[in-house]
Amino acid sequence: MKNLKKVQVVGLFLATVLLGACGGNEGKKENTEAGGTTSEASVTLTAKGSDTVLPLAQQEAEKYMQKHKDAAITIVGGGTGVGLSALEEGTTDLAMASRTLKTEEKLKFQAAKKDIKEALIAYDALSVIVNPNNKVSQLTREQLEGIFTGKITNWKDVGGDNEKIVPYSRETSSGTYEFFKEHVLNKKNYAGNILMMPATGSIVQSVGQTKGAIGYVGLAYDTPEVKPLKVSYDQGKTYVAPSVEAAKDKSYPISRPLFFFYDATSESKVKPFIDYIMSEEGQKIVQETGYVPVK
Amino acid sequence: MKRYFHNFGERLIEGILALSGAVTSLTVLLIVVFLFKEGLGLFSQHPVSEGGVIVVNNQNPVKELSAKQIKEIYDQNITNWKEVGGKNQPIKIFRLEDITDYYPEEQLGANFEYLPQRLSELVSKQPEIIAYFPEQYLSKNFQGHPIELENITLGSFLGGKEWYPTIQPAVQMGVLPLILGTLWVSFGAILIALPLGLAAAIYTAEIADNKVRNTLKPVIELLAGIPSVVYGFFGLVVLVPLIQKVFGLPVGETALAGSIILGIMALPTIISVTDDAMRTTPRAMKEASLALGATKWQTIYKVVIPYSISGISTAAILGIGRAIGETMAVLMVTGNASVIPHTFLEPVRTIPATIAAELGEAPQGGIHFQALFALGCILFLMTLIINVSVDMVSAKKKANR
Repeated sequence: MKNLKKVQVVGLFLATVLLGACGGNEGKKENTEAGGTTSEASVTLTAKGSDTVLPLAQQEAEKYMQKHKDAAITIVGGGTGVGLSALEEGTTDLAMASRTLKTEEKLKFQAAKKDIKEALIAYDALSVIVNPNNKVSQLTREQLEGIFTGKITNWKDVGGDNEKIVPYSRETSSGTYEFFKEHVLNKKNYAGNILMMPATGSIVQSVGQTKGAIGYVGLAYDTPEVKPLKVSYDQGKTYVAPSVEAAKDKSYPISRPLFFFYDATSESKVKPFIDYIMSEEGQKIVQETGYVPVK
Repeated sequence: MKRYFHNFGERLIEGILALSGAVTSLTVLLIVVFLFKEGLGLFSQHPVSEGGVIVVNNQNPVKELSAKQIKEIYDQNITNWKEVGGKNQPIKIFRLEDITDYYPEEQLGANFEYLPQRLSELVSKQPEIIAYFPEQYLSKNFQGHPIELENITLGSFLGGKEWYPTIQPAVQMGVLPLILGTLWVSFGAILIALPLGLAAAIYTAEIADNKVRNTLKPVIELLAGIPSVVYGFFGLVVLVPLIQKVFGLPVGETALAGSIILGIMALPTIISVTDDAMRTTPRAMKEASLALGATKWQTIYKVVIPYSISGISTAAILGIGRAIGETMAVLMVTGNASVIPHTFLEPVRTIPATIAAELGEAPQGGIHFQALFALGCILFLMTLIINVSVDMVSAKKKANR
């Protein structure tokens, strides 16, 4: 009995030592990796964040890596909030964002003594989509607000069939969610019974198969399974259909800037990639992927 | 205590075994402590997001508002101070970014150094205002008084019906819809999986001949190997439209879709564990029953099932465990609307789906982060209660025998 206890104690001790040793090793490994990237010419970058920026960043990274054989860029999605908290923890070099920083995020970075810089890389327009069988083809901002805050619940109130409206939204971690709330819902909160989808792809899928559905997605995601609506921001005087051209000349109202955020200390590391995106070639890719170029 | 091991090599093995036991228990303990430490931190938190403050004019008699009232005010559903116990005057909402509507930028200073002063001025001049801005801009001699909000309590957390964890100025953390959603989906799943699984297990263990059994069992076990996101995708593309069509619903993402998917996912566990339990019934017992003139069905019903009841209970626990904790498939098919469900044909939001969808975005250590951990605690307690109660039931059954 006594002996067994002793063994257990020794075991516990061993476990702690082993765990500690593992931790130590990991730390060392990271250090050497970081050292390798700075001393050698090769660049390893990670960009994390907004799912809206994801397809664009992937295209840009692919083309960039074709030109610069020594560069390795990893692009990860997850939502703007995910990217920004990763940047705060220092687990990513670039945070892809589909909105500007929130006040509390600025305060967080300030508290962490991090100087965060932003680079505007493109604009994105959101299109409001409905099922192709829906009669309605245009809505005003006020009607959209009513629908997504739960005040309007039937399509017949906005000129459609007698059919229940099923609004789909992204999850709260998405920059699109915040953007839509700020620019379309006039900062009011979504209705409690709204359906939340984990990804833009699921919204397209669901809107495509649900007759009374309405949702919002980035312009780049438009597919034939859904119908984009024209929207009006002047109480119904003019309706504008979402398109790259309309977003570029700012006549389409639901558009937003897309950013890369990065720590000022790693500027030399990320600058070449950002410069590439801002170059003529990079901005052409922006247009080709369905976004709106900055210039 | 009897010693099982004698020479040095065996001592070493004994040590390793004891070590694994210790490490496992320690890990479990560590996770539980971590979970509860983070989760319980929530109840000392203020619903106004960190570093923010809500203020009103000094003349305003309103001193306290609930988080719900603040949300309604900022959503412009409450538009008069009278409705929240103040004077009969309309409410004027102010957010920090509205400051430029009142003062030109040069009056705020290049680095906003005059901002606290201007905010104080504004609030003192406007009797109807409710203003929300970061605490750092609250000047020392501020002309106005802050609105007091209650801390989040266990009662408001468990009994609240609205889940708005990220809104400004004040978050609303009511998890009742999430708890009910989780229970609802899991209950449906077990309702589907248990009878089906039991029937299938009886078939493979007692009725099917060896050839059928040997092909059927690997197929069933293969079901367990399919990643849950594939189930989710299958559910979203096949099951959801089907449910929508069959029941004539406006929307197909429902608790039922989640229950069916989870039921299918729990099936392989339930079937193989039950099947193994039934096959441990001693041949002598079955033969005795048959020899007494009982039919095959009577033997199964009176001998095999009672004998393997603890195995069947284990299967049920494992099945429910999988159903309650499953995330990805549910996230994709239940619609995730945080409303209290009344039927199986409504969208629901479950606890695991909420944690998975929101944890990535929640700032570490913040109120949202802790609320998600508190949800994790609830989930843990739920499975603990199920495990303990099923354990008790099967222990009782054993004692009776």
